[in-house]
Amino acid sequence: MILPNEAMVNYVFPNNFQVVWSLMIVIYPFITGLIAGAFAVSALYHVFKMKEFKPIANFSLIMAFCFGLFAGLPLLVHLGQPQRAFLIYLTPHLSSAMSVFGYVYGGYMVLLTIEIWLIYRSYFIHQVNRTKGPMWLVWYVLTLGVTTYNPDSARIDQKLSNILSGIGIPWAFFLHGYVGFIFGSVKAIPWWAAELMPVIFLTSAMVSGMAMILVVYIFLAWRRNEPYDYILIKKFSGFLWGIFLLDWALEILELFHVSYLRGYEWAEIKPLLAGPLFGSFVVGQILVFSVVPALLLGVVTVTRIDGRKMLYLASIGSIGLILQVLFMRFNVVIGGQLISKSGRGFVEFHWEFFGKEGILSALAILAAPFVVYYVISRFIPIMGDLVIPEESEDRPMGQPEA
Amino acid sequence: MPKSHEERESIEPAADSRREFLIHLLTGTASATVLLVYGAGAFSGAQARQEGYSEHARDGEPDHDYAYVVDVAKCIGCGNCVRACKLENSVPDKLFRTWVERYVLTNVGIHIDSPDGAIKGFEELNAEIRNNSRRSHTVPKMCNHCRTPPCVQVCPVGATFQSPEGFVLIDYNHCIGCGYCVQACPYGARFINPDKHMADKCTWCYHRVKRGKLPACVTVCPTRTRLFGDLNDPESEVAKIFDADKWMILRPEMDTEPFCFYVGLPREAR
Repeated sequence: MILPNEAMVNYVFPNNFQVVWSLMIVIYPFITGLIAGAFAVSALYHVFKMKEFKPIANFSLIMAFCFGLFAGLPLLVHLGQPQRAFLIYLTPHLSSAMSVFGYVYGGYMVLLTIEIWLIYRSYFIHQVNRTKGPMWLVWYVLTLGVTTYNPDSARIDQKLSNILSGIGIPWAFFLHGYVGFIFGSVKAIPWWAAELMPVIFLTSAMVSGMAMILVVYIFLAWRRNEPYDYILIKKFSGFLWGIFLLDWALEILELFHVSYLRGYEWAEIKPLLAGPLFGSFVVGQILVFSVVPALLLGVVTVTRIDGRKMLYLASIGSIGLILQVLFMRFNVVIGGQLISKSGRGFVEFHWEFFGKEGILSALAILAAPFVVYYVISRFIPIMGDLVIPEESEDRPMGQPEA
Repeated sequence: MPKSHEERESIEPAADSRREFLIHLLTGTASATVLLVYGAGAFSGAQARQEGYSEHARDGEPDHDYAYVVDVAKCIGCGNCVRACKLENSVPDKLFRTWVERYVLTNVGIHIDSPDGAIKGFEELNAEIRNNSRRSHTVPKMCNHCRTPPCVQVCPVGATFQSPEGFVLIDYNHCIGCGYCVQACPYGARFINPDKHMADKCTWCYHRVKRGKLPACVTVCPTRTRLFGDLNDPESEVAKIFDADKWMILRPEMDTEPFCFYVGLPREAR
């Protein structure tokens, strides 16, 4: 192993013998990133009025919500004193990047919930008026007691949800840029302390969220035996490709920057990349899971390829990008901690499967948003247009017939 | 009692009452949040007063301004300090509030070790390293009680704080065990205590100092490598060393203003 700073033996500080932030902190920014990317897809229709994205606008929003429900869970599992987690809100120490994240995340989830509620309010009211029994109560609670709906309500709901979507874009960007800042602001860890870190986190968030939406959309269409919207998939792949190229360029630029400066950071980062992170960073993140998706999505975007072939290329490319971002999160979170603060050795990362922060817990948390999505999709129409059965012109929904 | 027609009029328009209800709900939530946040802050303040910090903070200049000095040339690497610290502070196995490192500069590189924090001192190095050795030192390490401590800056709940006399301490009634402070410390001085599931580190034996005693490690050092004292007392050894301006600090590039000063710190130590 090549050791930094002329070290003859792998020396780590005695308290540095283990990686403190483990897999939970790897999946925390990963899930948070999915929210930002998924929300951006919904905004393409809701804010930027791109009609091609209409069929998946609500789907993206609900997916963002499902990811959002579990973005804080890995942090909670990681905490030594999880029962005190709420102190982040009650005794916030505002100089801490992490404390402010609590408010940014909490506020964003409130915004997302209200936007979804506004979009689905008409459906809830429709259900209240046609359901009886225990489910009636559920729908009634969701209407917040307002069971009439008229064209004015629809107009106001539409306007408000568009405004929230507009506010939601910068907020979602801020949310994930901020996650990058949580790492980028730690000057004691040279692999983290980079000015571009928030930007790279943001662009990679967009990539992972968009890729996840595309993959899940294709999967659902396949499972339901529904026709694929090839125009949507092609356009979507083009967006994804463009944003990924930006993300990839930024990742490489950051690396060039730190290597060219030849500062004390590079003395530690260079052996890290040549040693413990060679497989996951150089081969995994920068080469295989970047080059392959870039080529596949590039073909989808710039050639006239269509139909099934395009579908396969877009699917494989998107899965590759999801893995690229997962590798990136791992390489940042774990990679940064592999350099001992001694500057003269590397900490060993031990994988565990059954532990509190093991692979099994991580997989369970990663699967949870999809389970919640499945449950939600049993009750409300998500994919495609939200079609409410026609009511008569002169009778607003929920009003009894004369 | 049945309501009058006017009373019903004022209550029943559904939209208005719902609007009012929502306004009250929002106002109530906002007020409750402010009270909770303020209340929690007041709790911290009360606790701090009990410990005797905030009077100093309010009065401006603190009575004491403590600092720690390590004279590297005097350290023999016996490990007395590490053992004393373990006993005094019940530090868990394999983790250290203070430890000692051995630096051996050779013709082919730097050999560094700290076997089990040097709790039993050091064994003799092999002949190859000894023969190639150009210089060697043993360097005690601990929390630097920085004046601009990154650990305090990053603590999301304010559980890590700085006393006016210069101690960087942890409030164990508030620490959530997130480990952000462990990441932020450039000196590797912090760790997550596996028994408490909270952050842990050297306190300069705050509990002893407040009773007029010296930190345990300083007390047991046979060569007076470790010194502790008050910079406000011009007769104290640490004040004299500080005024002579011949001290160094670990990792000055981190700009954390450590108040643990080293005399004769070898260039290779960090």
